[in-house]
Amino acid sequence: MSTPEQRLCVATIRRTGTVAHLRLGPSDGRPLGSFTPGSHILIQTPASVNAYSLTGPHVDPGAYEISVQRHRDRGGSAWLHQLSVGHTVSVSGPVSGFAPVLSAAHHLFIVGGIGVTPILSHVRAAVTGSRSFEVIDAHRPGPAAHRDELTRLCGSRLTTVTDRGALLQRLTERLADQPLGTIAYLCGPAEMMAAVRALADRLGWPAERIRSEAFTGVALAPGRPFRVRLARSRRRVAVAAGVSLLEALETAGIAVPHRCRQGVCGECRVGVLAGRPEHRDLYLTESERASGDALMACVSRCLDDELELAL
Amino acid sequence: MSSPPVIPDRVARFPFPFPEAHYRYSTNVEPARTPVRTAAGEWGRWLIDADDGYRDELALRAQILAADPSRMVSAPHMADAAWDTLLLCLGELAAAHPEEMVLHRDGAVYRWCNRRLDEERHFRRGDADSLGADPLAYAGSQVQEDIVLLEQREGELWAEAGLVTFAADWSLAFDIGMTFLEIHGPVPRVHVEGVIPRAHAFLLRLQPDAPYRRTNWTMSADPRLDQSTETYPEWGPARERALVDPAAVGQLQLRVEVQHLIRLPTSGAILFLIRTHLLSLEALMTVPEWARRFAEVLRELPADIADYKGVAGLRAPVLGWLEHPGPGAASRERQSRSAARSPT
Ligand code: HEM
Ligand code: FES
Repeated sequence: MSTPEQRLCVATIRRTGTVAHLRLGPSDGRPLGSFTPGSHILIQTPASVNAYSLTGPHVDPGAYEISVQRHRDRGGSAWLHQLSVGHTVSVSGPVSGFAPVLSAAHHLFIVGGIGVTPILSHVRAAVTGSRSFEVIDAHRPGPAAHRDELTRLCGSRLTTVTDRGALLQRLTERLADQPLGTIAYLCGPAEMMAAVRALADRLGWPAERIRSEAFTGVALAPGRPFRVRLARSRRRVAVAAGVSLLEALETAGIAVPHRCRQGVCGECRVGVLAGRPEHRDLYLTESERASGDALMACVSRCLDDELELAL
Repeated sequence: MSSPPVIPDRVARFPFPFPEAHYRYSTNVEPARTPVRTAAGEWGRWLIDADDGYRDELALRAQILAADPSRMVSAPHMADAAWDTLLLCLGELAAAHPEEMVLHRDGAVYRWCNRRLDEERHFRRGDADSLGADPLAYAGSQVQEDIVLLEQREGELWAEAGLVTFAADWSLAFDIGMTFLEIHGPVPRVHVEGVIPRAHAFLLRLQPDAPYRRTNWTMSADPRLDQSTETYPEWGPARERALVDPAAVGQLQLRVEVQHLIRLPTSGAILFLIRTHLLSLEALMTVPEWARRFAEVLRELPADIADYKGVAGLRAPVLGWLEHPGPGAASRERQSRSAARSPT
């Protein structure tokens, strides 16, 4: 489970319209880890844990750079917008879920609006690695975040469109004319991504050759808090959000055999006497899940507020 | 713990792989860099370290590579992953041996200094000329581990590059271009019991800041590290001889691989590192808990796993020997000293 546990310090903050660009540097001088193009970090805000793509250089970065679009309905982005230089924030290590396909013959990046953020590191890696690529960029008329940099990196490999009709027309031309071995990478508003996928499907593109960034699927969500009652020892233990049941039991001094902490090895199986487990492991079979009489303590949680365990 | 002075280093740090009295295939992955206490000592504190076989094994690898260049496969699209591998290997070595090895970065220039090998290089990432070598080849000249690089695409992992000189009855050249699931095709039981599909799902979502490891084991007839499929005629017959010659049983080796599974930071490729440790049965006998446990495991091992590991025929002679160590046991003292693998 990737959790925001590293403290980074705001080194600079700059704005383009409703987007704030933050550089987050190490507060202790220790170098930050390199990351895979397309990676994001999770940031703890008072309201929520938010994911932001890393927009800066990915090899030996001096800082992690993010761009935050201000949303009225999401407290987290407003909080990040009001930070200033010197503030510290809790950040996870880079999480990769939108990586380049190394053996692709050609990379086609399709960008909409603020969806440019995960594409920047892809483009930089493609330029330094002399990989074949092109970018189709859709954004509203007028200035938009990171476009100067994108233009500088791409030169003639960038096509910009500012309305939906032009985007679909350009895409129809480009998608129809791709060698086998082209991989398309898609990041933008949900509505645009759906339209592009539908178009690609009509043009006979296999779904595996289109990758999109949705900020999901790689790291397990922190989950809701719940409680467990332990039948044998007659104890109660609270499991907070972002803490696994296994960790909560260990903290309470209750040892459960374990190995992987990833839901694959099968060691931490615990019997469930009451309550409905939320299974998040890869170990139990479908029928074992359905019977609901055991769960893997390292990753699984509770669908309700309380479980009774055979411990 | 037993009295420290009589336990040779290579016994003390041997990754004895049997926490339980029976062995089954399982998705036995655990976080890397976690020290494990054993009856004889400890292993696993470092992701990569150099032991007393360091120079000999690296010299042996160079010799094998020179004789058979197909043991290394590099590919242009895996170049970034090869640089990731090199920097990771050097960084881990430096962490384990700060007094002898240093990796320092100044701007874009790395300085690597390895006093054990009298090596010093200044290089830039991505610039093989500055390194004076292919990054994968150079990594293989600094760590005892065998290396396989896998690319993730279309929901699969493909073995695309590597440097393997100490394989236990498989061949890199044969497996290159195959998927993780295809490579594990010959392994019995695992598909039925779901071990490999689970390992696959685990690897697909492995993250760069969380390296993992697992152990695997087999037995071999002599302390030869290179038991690749290509050289079967050189090592196969020795195994057959051990079946009929009781005096050879004490020379059989418990061969344990510590395998690391790492998501490389910049390329996003999976790095699979395999470090092979050998311990003769005679040396194993010097740690009574290990001898007892190994006998329990062997006695109970299901036939198909024993067959696949090539230990089916060895089971009876080994069990007999572990219970009544034959003539070889008289020389136990000498053995535990010379248990170090000879580089031939
Ligand atoms: C969590 C990860 C993994 C698990 C659980 C796993 C499991 C296994 C098991 C149970 C065997 C049978 C070994 C024996 O009985 O001696 C095996 C063999 C093997 N594994 Fe893996 N493995 C893993 C990762 C990998 C990776 C990343 C590679 C990279 C290429 C790999 C390559 C091989 C090869 C080449 C063999 C020998 C197959 C043969 O007989 O041709 N394994 N593995
Ligand atoms: S510790 Fe491995 S499944 Fe939970």
